[in-house]
Amino acid sequence: MSAKLLRAAQAGTVESNDIMISVSPAEPGSGCSVTIVSPVLKQYGRQIKAAIEAGVKEKGIEDIIIHANDKGALDCTIKARLNVAILRAVTEEEVMTR
Amino acid sequence: MKLRRSMMFVPGNNPGMLQNAGIYGADALIFDLEDSVSINEKDSARELVFQAISNIKYPSEIAIRINHIRTPFGRPDLAKILAAKPNLIRLPMTESAVEIQTVDAIITEAENRYKFAPGSIMMMAAVETAKGLLKAYEIASASPRMVALAIGGEDFVADLHTSRSKHGRELFVARSEILLAARAAGINAIDTVFSDVNDTEGFINEATAIKEMGFDGKSVVNPRQIQLVHDIFTPTAKEIDHAKKVLVAYEEALARKSGVISLNGKMIDLPIVARAERTLAYADAVGAGAGRVEA
Repeated sequence: MSAKLLRAAQAGTVESNDIMISVSPAEPGSGCSVTIVSPVLKQYGRQIKAAIEAGVKEKGIEDIIIHANDKGALDCTIKARLNVAILRAVTEEEVMTR
Repeated sequence: MKLRRSMMFVPGNNPGMLQNAGIYGADALIFDLEDSVSINEKDSARELVFQAISNIKYPSEIAIRINHIRTPFGRPDLAKILAAKPNLIRLPMTESAVEIQTVDAIITEAENRYKFAPGSIMMMAAVETAKGLLKAYEIASASPRMVALAIGGEDFVADLHTSRSKHGRELFVARSEILLAARAAGINAIDTVFSDVNDTEGFINEATAIKEMGFDGKSVVNPRQIQLVHDIFTPTAKEIDHAKKVLVAYEEALARKSGVISLNGKMIDLPIVARAERTLAYADAVGAGAGRVEA
């Protein structure tokens, strides 16, 4: 199943243990582009990127631009924030029931 | 014996609090999707709590306080959260048995869909209005999933047009009714939160009072309140010693085929024996050993 982003959206906060994930639509065929800011980038940057890319793949999204501002989030938090950012970006405004 | 001495509320949209919630030793954790989550973050909290309980191993019983099913958020909460199989669903602002039965039916459907054992997801309800209090027993006995009835004090006193006080007179009737309804239904009675986390003396006084009334536990909002509640709910050395003596006297009287039992000049009858048995079972469940030494 493939999904298409309708708009830019974000989820999460910049509080400790959280991650703010911003997603926006990308040109068809441009793939998944991820930038990460994190105090533990050197130690966990690859792991954070892998968690984000796995989440994007799970959602069936091919073209997306992602910026992640990490504050030491666990993988399950990364997944939760990514899922909601994508959900907000793919949902029609009028049917969105948060 | 399932202990629910301390049920700690944890805001559902706070990853730091969610990931650390299990380390404080609360008997139960209530991950909150309702009052602590703003309207525009309901989706976020729901997903975060789902991921937390799916990935983090908590040593405590896990309850999820959903939004009421009358709101646009209650059913989406259940649709997401039930897949992660929480121990308990807590319904806030409960005012009728029908509300419990509606949630029960949604849980039953989810248990079938995910192939969970029937009845494995339990329920508790919070009564927070005068209307709900008048239906307390109906609510408590509305479903075999129901294991606890709680009083939500802040909303309740607002509904009564009054406010919380240190002495708690404004909640005396409600607490009594909740306790009666819970006991009649054979489920736990859980007291409301004490919001001033810096007033330790006030908290101890309130927790002691509700324990004396017969409550099984108290909702807490801060980890530092957990041990205080557990201490208050631990039988004293004197209580344990007395319970043991009552049972010895009872056994001896049975052996003698005597109908009259006395201990230290006081008559012992069956309710006293039952209380002694309950005290020892409870002491065993809380790991009290010889009991708490009174200050």
